[in-house]
Amino acid sequence: MSDVLLSVRELTVSFPHGAHRVSAVAGVSFDVLRGETLGLVGESGCGKSTTGKALMRIVEPTGGSVSLEGVEITTASGRALRQLRTRMQMIFQDPISSLNPRRRVRDIVAEPLDCWKSATGSERDALVSTLLNQVGIDPVANGTRYAREFSGGQCQRISIARSLAMRPQLLICDEMVSALDVSVQAQILNLLEDLKAEYGLTLLFIAHDLAVVKNVSDRVAVMYLGTICEIGPADVLYETPAHPYTKFLLSAALEADPDAPQNREVLQGEPPSPLDPPSGCRFRTRCPLAQERCALEAPLAREVSAGHQVACHFPLARTT
Amino acid sequence: MSLLDVQNLSVTLHTPHGDLPAVADVSLSVGAEETLGIVGESGSGKTMLARSIMGLLPRARASASGSVKLKGVEMVGARASDLRRLWATEVAMIFQDPMTALNPVMRVGRQIDETLRVRLGLSRSAARARAIELLEMVGIPSPEKRYAAYPGQLSGGMRQRVVIAMALAASPSLILADEPTTGLDVTIQAQILNLLDELQARLHTSMILITHDLGVVATRTSHLAVMYAGRIVETGTTRDVFARHRMPYTRALLESSPRVSNPAHTRLTAIPGRPPNLLRLGEGCAFAPRCGFASERCHRERPELSVPDESSHAFACFNPLEVGR
Repeated sequence: MSDVLLSVRELTVSFPHGAHRVSAVAGVSFDVLRGETLGLVGESGCGKSTTGKALMRIVEPTGGSVSLEGVEITTASGRALRQLRTRMQMIFQDPISSLNPRRRVRDIVAEPLDCWKSATGSERDALVSTLLNQVGIDPVANGTRYAREFSGGQCQRISIARSLAMRPQLLICDEMVSALDVSVQAQILNLLEDLKAEYGLTLLFIAHDLAVVKNVSDRVAVMYLGTICEIGPADVLYETPAHPYTKFLLSAALEADPDAPQNREVLQGEPPSPLDPPSGCRFRTRCPLAQERCALEAPLAREVSAGHQVACHFPLARTT
Repeated sequence: MSLLDVQNLSVTLHTPHGDLPAVADVSLSVGAEETLGIVGESGSGKTMLARSIMGLLPRARASASGSVKLKGVEMVGARASDLRRLWATEVAMIFQDPMTALNPVMRVGRQIDETLRVRLGLSRSAARARAIELLEMVGIPSPEKRYAAYPGQLSGGMRQRVVIAMALAASPSLILADEPTTGLDVTIQAQILNLLDELQARLHTSMILITHDLGVVATRTSHLAVMYAGRIVETGTTRDVFARHRMPYTRALLESSPRVSNPAHTRLTAIPGRPPNLLRLGEGCAFAPRCGFASERCHRERPELSVPDESSHAFACFNPLEVGR
């Protein structure tokens, strides 16, 4: 077993909805290994962002356990929780609204340092300049400008600099490039890879874009309606998906190539409401392979090859 | 004669910071049953191009010059009453955000009815029957029930289907689809793109498909135009533009797109810098500051979109890439 940095077990998150509860995350378990990038993909409403936020306790988990190097996060409180959060940082989708438009770039990046008094005076200034340089923002020309003066791509760079100020071990990236144009997206993804190497970061990369996830991840987990249906090494999972949902998801992904194989096997219907999820396997209502057993019994994750787990009663054969 | 013929179309937006050339000297044509893809990043002018083809520019804040002829009828400078006669019956638009394209406080069936009654003069009951048929045609389950639903009660994919039904209601010859699948999930996107394909084949409609996503246009269009800073910088058959692109921007766009087939940790070829500020465009090629092939001439003089050989593949570049690169 490799070195586990973050361990998530049976994590559940549910929100009150009138007299009922919506279970956004319904028992999710995975490990993030030190130094790897774990991609978390799924369509809107599958609970991937809620999972990311629950790990940071931005939303409170309703059950299960999350531990960072053996330290339980779900029960930590007060100073211990704040201390834990310096070791894991989150970057959000909308770079512009995650920065205060009325603050100067240097102050935004220095805020974690000021909160923790971990660097002051000239040491603080030097650190901020280093961080800004590393993300490609000129600290002399742009450091005293306001956040509102920057484009989306630049704001995302500033967010990255801020998240690195406390030298975290784990970075949770929630759709961090989905609001950006492809040319800028490529810049940010390359920057992320460089910084990952430099800071020895571990990444949880949450995104809906299968191509982006494939390009950055060592391992990938696929979520559907609050559960993980498949997890495995990125190349294996994309090459030989074992869960029918993963296969449909991959065949719907469009390749920028007129000669790409045209897979017209399109998944029918839409995801059911998480207010009233199907019994048994949550994908069964749209699954062409579903049988009686799928309605009766929720499939448990089982290994189909080394490190490749699938939660399906009738996983696809490896030859497909 | 082409169905749509656009000649030297320019659109200037009057902003508080000055006049902004959103679309500059664009010429294109779309033949019967053809699908033209228009790709570009945000701010490249693709949406303004579509709106000016529709005649939907805000008159107080924008001015258009050049010519847009739909079946020989000039759209630029046409009176609103003349435009209204063409809308729905000759040209219809599918917008990116189906929520804002629909009236949130009007039942979706009524919104489809409106087109049928105003444009085709159908009676209330005939319009209702036809609207239900249309809802069924765009793949909406239990259409009689959905007819009475409000947009807020439908999912994003279903709302986009309603917008498509509205666009098709009066069988237009041309559909302008502006980022029709951008807010949708991949599996829903695949459903909607297949639906558009099927309907287009069935109704013999031409389409302009506008998107930022090269994956969407790769297999769904016959012709392609790449836009940068308000201009078409390369155009030809989709296959030619992908396989034999000559303009460095087209290549940069292709290479910066992540691919499902790439191995993990593939380094992307990012385009340095940022798209230009259209208020401060220089004399030369707008892409020159970000281009690895730019020569001194590129900064001084703007290359015209031209066709070097007998093919229909045109590009605007002084230092085009070798074919087969």
